[in-house]
Amino acid sequence: MEKKLPKIEIIEKYCKGCHICVEFCPKDVLEMKGFYASVKNLEACISCMQCELRCPDFAIKVTNE
Amino acid sequence: MAFDYDKWIRPGKLPHIWCPGCGHGIVMKGLIRAMDTLNLKKEETAVVSGIGCASRLPGYIDCCTLHTAHGRAAAFATGVKMAKPEMNVILVGGDGDGTAIGGNHFIHACRRNINMTYIIMNNYIYGMTGGQFSPCTPTGHKASTTPYGNPDPGFDIAKLAIGAGATFVARGTAFHANQIDKLIAEAIQHKGFSVVEILDDCPTTYGRRNKYKSVIEMMNRLKDVAVPVKAAEKMTAEQLQGKVLTGVLYKDDTKPEYTAEYAKVIERAQAAK
Ligand SMILES: Cc1ncc(C[n+]2csc(CCOP(=O)(O)OP(=O)(O)O)c2C)c(N)n1
Ligand code: SF4
Ligand code: SF4
Ligand code: SF4
Ligand SMILES: [Mg+2]
Repeated sequence: MEKKLPKIEIIEKYCKGCHICVEFCPKDVLEMKGFYASVKNLEACISCMQCELRCPDFAIKVTNE
Repeated sequence: MAFDYDKWIRPGKLPHIWCPGCGHGIVMKGLIRAMDTLNLKKEETAVVSGIGCASRLPGYIDCCTLHTAHGRAAAFATGVKMAKPEMNVILVGGDGDGTAIGGNHFIHACRRNINMTYIIMNNYIYGMTGGQFSPCTPTGHKASTTPYGNPDPGFDIAKLAIGAGATFVARGTAFHANQIDKLIAEAIQHKGFSVVEILDDCPTTYGRRNKYKSVIEMMNRLKDVAVPVKAAEKMTAEQLQGKVLTGVLYKDDTKPEYTAEYAKVIERAQAAK
């Protein structure tokens, strides 16, 4: 069965480019692209929510139906 | 599932004013999750602050809020709680606001054991005004007012609160985001004065002066110094050197709570008429 991928939304108008989400993702899913955080490898995401919990700026949302 | 913070944020208020990587935003999110888990009603919840970057927090939250004078959150909050004891009253602020100019209000709120919760964001500095040292700045560290290193020993906020009479005292860090809401929720549910210290970061005025190369380095420090109270029980004094305990540090359910005691005073006064 095909794995259903989570949805990671990065709200650029809130993101302040602090690197926290990128640095502490246990699966190296995210990267900085220019000023903002961006998704590099969605396949690897385990929906642990660490990035969403730690973003100081309400700029990242992980949804997993 | 993504958490819906929007229902607790005043429309149009984001992005907030805090610097990139400032932990105050992480604490605010923890508070929102705690209020949401406990199903607090907005009209029955007051978030009260003094002055500072941390004290800007109530401006973003969609419930009853008060942004008061520097160090005076406890005084205003006490007024709210005495007038409306049924309200959930939550104080928020920084280490400077709470332990320097507001230190006196802080210890007396603890002494009274009034049923309110105080979330103190300890970034070891006066962030808002450019990085003057606070009573929580560690010895030897640099601030704009201690360019050769701070000669003072810093306060241990949790010990101060316990010593002054607070009946629930907990500590977390901005790195351990997942724990913040749990500590705050437990503190709000406690009947008495509860204090939650969150070790925080101020990359802009503290990190920069104290040779932290980045927000990430500051977050890693929080990760490394924190030891959960349970884990600490199995560690030697040597292993605990330089570490900071996190979790619920103190809880006493036996001490009389102030609004309940005051209600008895009212009864006695009315009976005496
Ligand atoms: C009566 C008074 N004195 C001094 C100030 C200046 N002042 C504003 S914020 C602040 C310190 C805030 O530090 P803290 O509470 O640690 O909050 P942070 O900015 O670090 O989050 C000071 C001294 C003031 N606003 N009012
Ligand atoms: S949910 Fe976890 S694994 Fe997925 S991007 Fe966020 S931190 Fe990484
Ligand atoms: S943690 Fe938030 S603000 Fe920081 S880079 Fe990631 S999305 Fe942007
Ligand atoms: S100055 Fe420091 S405390 Fe104030 S918003 Fe910036 S990082 Fe946060
Ligand atoms: Mg401070």
